[in-house]
Order: sequence, then structure tokens, then C-alpha cells
Amino acid sequence: MANIMYWEAIQRAHDEEMARDPLVICMGEDIGVAGGTYKATKGLYEKYGPLRVMDTPISEGGFTGLAVGASFLGVRPIVEIMSVNFAWLAMDQMFNSAAKVRYMSGGQLTAPCVFRSAGGAAHQLGAQHSARMEKVFMGIAGLRVVTPSNPKQAYGLLKSAIRCDDPVFINEHELMYNMKGEVPDGEYFHPLEGSEIARAGTDVTLFGYNISVHWCLKAAEILDKQYGISAEVVDLYSLAPLDRAGIKASVSKTHRAVIAEEDEAPVGVGSEVIAIINEECFFELDAAPVRVHSALVPQPYNHTLEKATIPDHEDVVKAVLKMFGKA
Amino acid sequence: MKIEDKKRVLREMVLHRRFEERCYQAYIERKIGGFLHLYPGQEACCNGVMEAARPGHDYVITGYRDHVHAIKCGAEPKEVMAELYGKETGSSKGRGGSMHIFDAGKRFMGGYALVGGPFPLAAGIAKAIQLKGGDEIAICFLGDAANNQGTFHETLNMAALWKLPVLFVCENNLYGIGTSIERSTAVVHQHKRVAAYNIPADECDGQDIEIVYEHARKAVDHVRAGNGPFFLELMTYRYRGHSMSDSRGYRSREEEELWKQRDPIFILRDRLIAEKAITMAEFEAIEKETDAYIENEVIKFAEESPEPRVEDLEKYVLADRDTQLPWLTGKAA
Repeated sequence: MANIMYWEAIQRAHDEEMARDPLVICMGEDIGVAGGTYKATKGLYEKYGPLRVMDTPISEGGFTGLAVGASFLGVRPIVEIMSVNFAWLAMDQMFNSAAKVRYMSGGQLTAPCVFRSAGGAAHQLGAQHSARMEKVFMGIAGLRVVTPSNPKQAYGLLKSAIRCDDPVFINEHELMYNMKGEVPDGEYFHPLEGSEIARAGTDVTLFGYNISVHWCLKAAEILDKQYGISAEVVDLYSLAPLDRAGIKASVSKTHRAVIAEEDEAPVGVGSEVIAIINEECFFELDAAPVRVHSALVPQPYNHTLEKATIPDHEDVVKAVLKMFGKA
Repeated sequence: MKIEDKKRVLREMVLHRRFEERCYQAYIERKIGGFLHLYPGQEACCNGVMEAARPGHDYVITGYRDHVHAIKCGAEPKEVMAELYGKETGSSKGRGGSMHIFDAGKRFMGGYALVGGPFPLAAGIAKAIQLKGGDEIAICFLGDAANNQGTFHETLNMAALWKLPVLFVCENNLYGIGTSIERSTAVVHQHKRVAAYNIPADECDGQDIEIVYEHARKAVDHVRAGNGPFFLELMTYRYRGHSMSDSRGYRSREEEELWKQRDPIFILRDRLIAEKAITMAEFEAIEKETDAYIENEVIKFAEESPEPRVEDLEKYVLADRDTQLPWLTGKAA
């Protein structure tokens, strides 16, 4: 096991897959000569050259579409969208071309593309550079969505996404690229489907994904030490499809659920998880499931207002205590 | 063009015309649903370019007015018609419809219904050709109105920057849905717009197939020789409305009649008659044979083919699950 950063894990996955298959290429803004805004493609340009490591113009719709077209002929492009906010400009090609081509061609063409993007709110980046957009991607037929919460997942999910024939959107996080964690020394493929129990518990399930898994883990620690509540943390690294069986299994055990998301609430991950709980195990519930989420505002620049917008582990603790009648 | 090729293409263009007119009839009879965009009037464009290219070898992509391009690449007319009928035997197994004809085996990479959407896809296909090192080229057929999308400019920039082997064919039929080019576009001559990207361009009559062929040959040769992209503008006209819901209130019947004086099929027919390569009687026989073929084979096949099974509703949304299991479960060898 190597203890490496999230960005290093992503870089390693690129490097291994590009060394293996000459049709694996990567493209995006500043990913080549500059090495990538988050260093996720560092050193690849020098190793694989400009034909396979493409510094693109700032034309998100254009180069995303170009990647999709190349994938029709078996090329496996890894597209970096520098910030998920810019993905709006690329969604026509992601949704209308990549996600639908297999269906509307009756299975003749497929678009094995990987779209990676830095999501999440960082520090005071304002309304147009702080969006959480996972909910926009997770409702698209034909598109898989995964979101790594640690370096091991960042490495293994990218490896699997490159190999998978379906288009995959990988939602990363601006604040997590320097997070360290254990990654297997040997080649490792993380499952694109399912969920994992990040911490076992018996009294309540805390559902998180990407950065909110860390709020949940911290909250579980506090709940255990200070309040004697045993919280289970479920990491929903796959947002499309969501892991119905995993959600059902955990809630059937703990009978309570809190969903923590950095995204705003409407039509989001939390809404979807609660719908699944209702459909799969409503009569197992001892309390109404609760969402912890961002305020529905364009991200404010002001530090205090921004802090008030984004939830954290304390909000998760509060939600659980309220559910147990302790707050 | 050689006489034998011209005779063959005349027959093909008659098929393309009659096929489309038969679609119109089937639409009126409600055998075909959805939107239907027909090609009559523009036949010399697709045929002239593809005669200069290599159908089935070069990759072709286009918009929603796609039936004829698919057939010219080698798609079976009966499978295209079955697709319009929504049948399981259709070229896209009834899942695509008129705007989404595909025949990957013939390298017809599909019709797409977002105006301008195929531009970057075509550049991507060219990028894949460049990586793989083949002698194929990508050919992107779109209308003039697509050039007002951002994808046009983004794609031209990338194609020129990376010298991608892609030929952009602009079938300028003077209208974007129901708005004339003068009312929608600051620069009416489309080939002038690509000068901004240092891409060589040409413009010619799109009604006379021999003229289209001569210009297309230079364009195709340029791209195939590794010189990067080329842009070819063909001046043409669609006889019918944009789609079936269009009553053509935005243009005059006089204008339509003027264009019909320069019908691409009649231009070629009359030339072949003048050259004594065919007679009028032979041409009329071709029309009759074509109609009989369309009724007896194309329509009959579409009519008699089965509907897709409702149990298969979700088939083709994602890749076949069994082949993807290692990545879905993480249990890769």
C-alpha cells in the first residue's frame, strides 16, 4: 500500500492505462504542457506526446464532442473539464451524443468516454465556480456517474471507467486533490456500481458521497464518543446507478437515515435516496429520513455567507441528535 | 465522371428521390411518426461528394435529413424504411427513427438531431483516424444554418489546429427551418466564414452532380493527402418544407419553381440523353422499376417486419452487462 494524494492516484490511473493501450488519450484545458490545474495529468505530456495528451482550446462543448466522436471508433478519451461549472457547456455532447448514441443506434455505436471534473465548493470562488452538479448528471439514461471520496477510489474508479464501454462521469472535488490515502501497489479496479460501508454501526445510517463521506465519518466519531449513538456510514461512490440493495440493507439494520450532500436539496441525491428507502424499506423506519444539504443560493463570495451555505459534520451531528430527540 | 458512373448515379438519385417521396406518402398514411425531413432537390450534393469519396470506407456523419446519406453509404433502403416504420428490423432497431439512421458497418456514423451537434463528432472521428493511422477521411454533411452554432467555430478551430482529416460539406439550401439565410446570417456565403480559421474552402453549384463531383474530388484529395480539413459549400434547395409540419409560408412558389428548373436529376438525365447514353423511355423505365422495387421490397419489408418487444425496452441503454461485469463489480482479472 502506498500513501499517496488523490491527484497522484488519478495521475497513476491515467499513466497505467495510457501505457497499456495506445488508444487511451486524455484532453482538456492546460492538462499537457502545464500538467493540469490539479496535477492529475502531470508528466503525461512528456511521456506520451501531444497527439495523446491534448491541450485543448477553451471550448468545452467542442472538445467534449470531439472526444465522443473519437470514442465511436474505439478511442478511449479521458476528458478533463477543469471545473464542473464549465460542464454546462459540454452537456449537450455528454447527454445528447455520448449517453444516447448506443440506444438511438440500436446498439451499433457506443461512446466509451470518461469525463472527469472538479466539482464542489472550494474557498470563495463565487457563484460561477462553486457549483455542485452531481444531481444534473445522475438522471441521464446511458450515463454512469461515480464520485470518489478517497485516493483509492479515485484511482480504482478511473481505471474501471476507462475500461468500461459506457460513458462515465467522474465527479471529483476541488478540496480533495491533496488528500492522502492508501492505494494498493498492484493494479486495482474499483467497482463502478454499489456502495461501501465506510464505518459500521447499528443505530442510524449516515449516507454520504465524495466530500460528505468525511463529514459523516467525523460526525459518527462524535456521536459515538459524546452521545453513545452508533452510526453506520455508507459511501455512495456510485450515484448512477444508486445502490438500492446497499441502501436497503443498511436502513433495514439501523432503521434511521440521514443523507449528507454538498449539493442543494431539490431533485438531488438525498431526494433520490429517500425515495429508494420509501420504495424498499419504508416499514423498517423508526424515524423520517432527513437530508443535510446546501442552501439553495448561487454561491456567495463572502466568507461568512459561504460558510452558512455549505453544511459540515456539525450539521450531520445536529440532524442525528434531533432525530433521537436529543437536541 | 465516366458515362457508366453517371448512368449508375442517375439510377441511384431516382431511388433517393422516390424513396423520399414514398416516405411522404407513408407519413400522410401515419405509417411513419415523429419528425420527417426529406431530401428532394438536394440529391446532387450527397451523391456528388460521395462519388468523389469512398462510401463504406470513409466515415460519414450528418444531421437529421439523413436517409439518403445512409443509403449512399451502403445502408439497405428496406432497413432505413423499416426504421422509419419503427420496426425491429430497422437500421437502428426502431429505437432511432428518421433523424437517427445509423449503419456503423457501412461507416455511416449517424444522423443527429441537435443542429450543429455533428461538427465536433466528425472532428473526433477524424482524430481517431489520425491516431490509428488509416487513409480514411471523415465527412460531415450539414446545412447552412448549423454554421450559426458555437460548435461550428469550436470545431473549425480544433480541426485546423490539429490538421484533422475531415471534410465539412455545407449543403446551403438557403433556409434554416423557416428563416432565410439573409435573415439569420451576417455572412451569407458560408465558405467565406471558414477563412477565419485558415481552412481552405470552395463553393459551387450543388444541383449539377458533375460540378459537385469535380469540386468534391479536389476537396477529398486535399483531406486524404494529409493536408488537414477542407470546407465545401454547395448551393442547393430543398423542395419540401423543413419537416412535414412546414407549409413553406416563408418563401414564394415562384422561387420554388425557379429552383425546380434546375432539378439535379433532370440535369443529369437531360445530359445523358444529349450524350445519347440513355433515352427518355429508358429513364421512364428506371422510374417504374424504382417504384416497383420500393413497393415490392422496401415498403413490403417495413410493413411486414415485427415491432420491437416491450420486454426489450431498456436494451441498448448501457453496454451489455455481462461483458462489463469486471468493471462494474471490480472483479477484474
